Amino acid sequence: MLHIANARHRGTLVDLLADGDRIRTMTPAGRFPAPEGAEIFDATGLVLFPGFIDAHAHLREPGQEYKEDIASGLTAAAHGGFCALMCMANTKPVNDTAAVTSFMLDRARLSHPLGPRLYPIAAATVGLKGKEMAPLSELKEAGCVALSNDGRPLGNTELLRRIMEYAADLDMIFIDHCEDPHLAEGWLMNEGPVSGLLGVKGQPDVGEAAQAARDIMLAEYLGLPVHIAHVSAKLTLDVIDWGKARGVRVSAETCPHYLLLDETELEGYNTLAKVSPPLRGAKDRDALRQAVKKGLIDILVTDHAPHADHEKDGTLDETPCGITGLDTALSLTWELVRERVLDEADMARLWCRRPGEIFHLPWNDFVPGDPADFFLFDPEATWIPEPETLFSKSSNTPFLGKTLYGRVRAHWIGGQRIL
Amino acid sequence: MNADDNRYFWPHKDLLDVTQLSPEETLHLLDLAERFQDINRRPVKKVPTLKGKTVVLFFAENSTRTRTSFDVAAKRLSADTYALGKSDSSISKGETLKDTALTLQAMGPDVIVVRHSNSGAAGYLADLLNCSVVNGGDGWHAHPTQALLDCFTLRQTWEGNFSGRTLLILGDIAHSRVARSNVHLLSMLGVSVRLCAPRTLLPAGVDAWPVEVYADLKQAVRDVDAVMCLRLQLERQQAGLLPDLAEYSRRFCLDAGHLALAKTRAKVLHPGPLNRGLEISDAIADAPASLILEQVSAGVATRMAVLYLLATRRD
Repeated sequence: MLHIANARHRGTLVDLLADGDRIRTMTPAGRFPAPEGAEIFDATGLVLFPGFIDAHAHLREPGQEYKEDIASGLTAAAHGGFCALMCMANTKPVNDTAAVTSFMLDRARLSHPLGPRLYPIAAATVGLKGKEMAPLSELKEAGCVALSNDGRPLGNTELLRRIMEYAADLDMIFIDHCEDPHLAEGWLMNEGPVSGLLGVKGQPDVGEAAQAARDIMLAEYLGLPVHIAHVSAKLTLDVIDWGKARGVRVSAETCPHYLLLDETELEGYNTLAKVSPPLRGAKDRDALRQAVKKGLIDILVTDHAPHADHEKDGTLDETPCGITGLDTALSLTWELVRERVLDEADMARLWCRRPGEIFHLPWNDFVPGDPADFFLFDPEATWIPEPETLFSKSSNTPFLGKTLYGRVRAHWIGGQRIL
Repeated sequence: MNADDNRYFWPHKDLLDVTQLSPEETLHLLDLAERFQDINRRPVKKVPTLKGKTVVLFFAENSTRTRTSFDVAAKRLSADTYALGKSDSSISKGETLKDTALTLQAMGPDVIVVRHSNSGAAGYLADLLNCSVVNGGDGWHAHPTQALLDCFTLRQTWEGNFSGRTLLILGDIAHSRVARSNVHLLSMLGVSVRLCAPRTLLPAGVDAWPVEVYADLKQAVRDVDAVMCLRLQLERQQAGLLPDLAEYSRRFCLDAGHLALAKTRAKVLHPGPLNRGLEISDAIADAPASLILEQVSAGVATRMAVLYLLATRRD
């Protein structure tokens, strides 16, 4: 048994008792002595969080191991407070067969047998090409927990409908990267005052919102759930609000960078801030902050998208979209706690409870019997993201060189200490 | 004139956009250009000012006019010039912009003039390289020497007075580095700037620009002191931003009828190359009101001033 003593938890001090891979009790600090023989961990000064679930990450293996591989991605996740991670299908080859899924799971088991746990996301169409439905039943059996066409949004609504219907039989939820494939073609950033001055092609917010509206209407018609990936625009929030008010089973995610940054990051052609969907205006950022607080946005995800230094070195036209997030997400979310936008309970809801509920994954609410997935976080420790401090193989984040607060000091998954 | 005459402290290593220039710096540069204009009118047009300096003309996007203008400017100052174009540069073999630029720098130039189709390319090189970088046009972003030469031309025409003057910029504003740089520079100097274009060729966020926007050319041209026509790239029609070119020319081709609505002695500019009959009528292009050839000679003088300031500056 493991006795975590004197941890900070939502404004109080608690003791946590874990037995094997389960939570036994969480009690006010000092009320009960540690059971005889229990391993005792003094958590004084540290904040206790349930293990986080990242429902959207790109781990690049197989095929682009120079950017990231499953081992390095899971290491970054472990240090970032994640006990579980869902990886997107845009690998090379694409995760559209059981063989690729099994390969990913084998790699994860080999490098991180104790976790973080890996849950692959199936490609919705063969090769993500948007033509034929992928063998979803085979993928589900191999271990995929959801499906998506990732960054290759489906323009063909008929195909999307059939995929959603077919996936419903398998109890798999469709995750949509919402982007009108024509309205948004060839963009480098948000369309707005900054793109106008920089002289680069922008993507209007309606390119995201219109596609989200389509998905929500389709989900309502079919009576099925749909999950909207990385919401970046206020307009999309309005559409989601409308859908939820109608009772549509729509859930949505956003990333810390959309809550902390806006399109002005691109001034000076900062390729580290080039991301899909693009950083929007300050109004969008502020609306997203409110939406995560009140639950209109259900979950936070990293959309961890590693790229090598040489790929991000160049002009906006030449460089790929993407920001890494597994290393920084926890500190960035804590930044919102420091700014009193969110509190600890919001963090647990956004990073643990809701992703667990939406994707039917085990999650810890510190109720007896819950999985013993938790970590201890030092909120006063400062650190600076740099290639040397990041566990990811890549360091393409606009937060590079900035001082962040908070480090994971100890991390247990299934009752086993991994850090 | 020799290098010791550069007593004016020029603080900029590079010329990336006119947004980096103060009004005083702009006027100093234009004054200097006027002195070079005098040299250009002499029978022997060459001075030894930049003897021993090296200027690389790195034009990764096709350009004849701007490259030739820089080449003439540098040679009149006795600098050595080396040109690298899109097809003969290793870019065509897949070398990155970074590696091409580092290779060029290793040859020890004092100034690199860069033309590139990507917005931000000149700034990227300026951050990378120790030598001076002059932006010869980057994507849709900026073309500072064009704006400076336009400013030079208008200043001579308007006898030095910018305030109270109105300039209309006509055509594809959205994809025009010439328009972006001119809007900033001329409005900074006190010129009222109007834009006229179909909505599909206006940039995002134009509402916040210091301009008045018109969709109708007859209204836009009323009482202006000068009209700057922009070249319409034919690919805009293929990209679906316009119906056919005949319709574009019916709405936006500047002709004598329009110019009659402007102020008497209103002038016409065009950065070239011209699409006669598309954005500017044949008659107007060749009319006395046209400053198009003055712009070309102003270009040499202005670029001489830019090269001089950068190649002789002391940190």
